[in-house]
Amino acid sequence: MTEITLDVNGKKIKKTVPDNTLLSTFLREHLNLTGTHVGCDTSQCGACVVHVNGESLKSCTTLAADIGNAKVTTIEGLEKNGKMHPMQEAFKKMHGLQCGFCTPGMVMSAIDLLKKNKNPSDNEIRDWLEGNICRCTGYQNIVAAVKEASSKM
Amino acid sequence: MKSFNYHSAKDSKEASKLSSSNSAFLAGGMTTIPSMKLGLASYKDIIDIKGIKKLSGIKVSGKSVIIGATTKHVEVANSKDVKKAIPSLALLAEGIGDPQVRNRGTIGGSIANNDPSADYPSACVALDAIVHTNERKIEASKFFKGMFETALKKGELIEAIEFKVPEKSSYQKHPNPASRYAVVGVYVAKHKNGTIVAVTGAKPCVYNDKDLSKALDSNFSANSISGMKLKSSDMNSDIHASAEYRANLVVIQAKKAVEAC
Ligand SMILES: Cc1cc2nc3c(=O)[nH]c(=O)nc-3n(C[C@H](O)[C@H](O)[C@H](O)COP(=O)(O)OP(=O)(O)OC[C@H]3O[C@@H](n4cnc5c(N)ncnc54)[C@H](O)[C@@H]3O)c2cc1C
Ligand code: FES
Ligand code: FES
Repeated sequence: MTEITLDVNGKKIKKTVPDNTLLSTFLREHLNLTGTHVGCDTSQCGACVVHVNGESLKSCTTLAADIGNAKVTTIEGLEKNGKMHPMQEAFKKMHGLQCGFCTPGMVMSAIDLLKKNKNPSDNEIRDWLEGNICRCTGYQNIVAAVKEASSKM
Repeated sequence: MKSFNYHSAKDSKEASKLSSSNSAFLAGGMTTIPSMKLGLASYKDIIDIKGIKKLSGIKVSGKSVIIGATTKHVEVANSKDVKKAIPSLALLAEGIGDPQVRNRGTIGGSIANNDPSADYPSACVALDAIVHTNERKIEASKFFKGMFETALKKGELIEAIEFKVPEKSSYQKHPNPASRYAVVGVYVAKHKNGTIVAVTGAKPCVYNDKDLSKALDSNFSANSISGMKLKSSDMNSDIHASAEYRANLVVIQAKKAVEAC
């Protein structure tokens, strides 16, 4: 067992969990933050992407014990005073989702992109979202949503 | 995933002391964690080496680039020093997987794992690298032994990889469209004392293609290897590409690399 101390969406968390607890399991099952999805077993789909100390990573491929006292942001931590984050607004406006399963990971990954590249081209967006798989949308509207967000953020 | 004990090692000494026949080092975890989740591997002890300060970082001197084992792909891709000394190496790192894999995955983990389709092993061979471990120095040409097999002994820890700066070089891969692993990747490096053509993805293990190297040594141009036929009998064949297709692809990618040099 390991004691995990984290800041999750601005809240201090301290819990003792088995050493093999994945960050995705910790968020979903120990904190009930089920916005972070798990879509595969092979680290390829990106539905589980969250931010750890500001960088996007796959929470299904990270041990909770391995991220020390990090600051974690999940999809639940994006809204401010009941208002959606501009990236969430843009996905809604541009129909960047259908079933919504991939969306939390897409949104978290895309926000990380805009932090590094304020005005990405279509190709740069597609390149960046390499690790996020969507079964529904065909990606066109996802790219459009990220573009829309980049004009607002 | 089976249970294990997680340890975070402070230094190389502690890491190797903790290791046993039933343990694994944990760097980026981008290979170890999925294989444990799928039940392909299980360990009693997982020894995290990311806390060992000495293992991370990039040093460039005139003739060599030394990259610490736990340096992440994203750090190599963005390093101004690497871009200046060996631009093809930074580009290789930028082409690995996806941003989240690059944010976690490390160079040491990649070469210790020696996946037949991984990118970094080709850089090690082409750039005549020396693998520094906590016990010894191993030349790249002797480090990669076979499919997922290296010269590392149980508990031996890679500390850094020392690349030789070539006169010119380029890495060209035909990526699998889903994973970005190389169906075939070819790293051409022209050194003062000869050219090395390191090929990944084509055979069970990275190798230096002597036929292509020889042809380029006598005339460093795409023309000199154009139309060359490589033996395909010992090449990989799977749903992605047949052995014959891979043999042809090696020459195509080598030509592209020479042109990009
Ligand atoms: C979706 C996806 C796509 C990918 N695409 C690519 C790609 O296009 N090209 C590519 O080359 N790779 C690709 N990878 C693999 C990626 O580069 C991994 O990061 C890498 O293979 C393993 O590095 P790691 O740091 O994550 O190692 P870990 O998973 O932590 O460790 C891997 C193995 O190496 C051992 N090890 C780690 N560090 C050391 C050390 N310092 N000394 C001794 N042993 C050590 C571990 O014990 C373990 O056995 C991909 C992975 C994923 C999940
Ligand atoms: S659930 Fe993490 S990558 Fe698929
Ligand atoms: S919206 Fe259904 S998987 Fe992307």
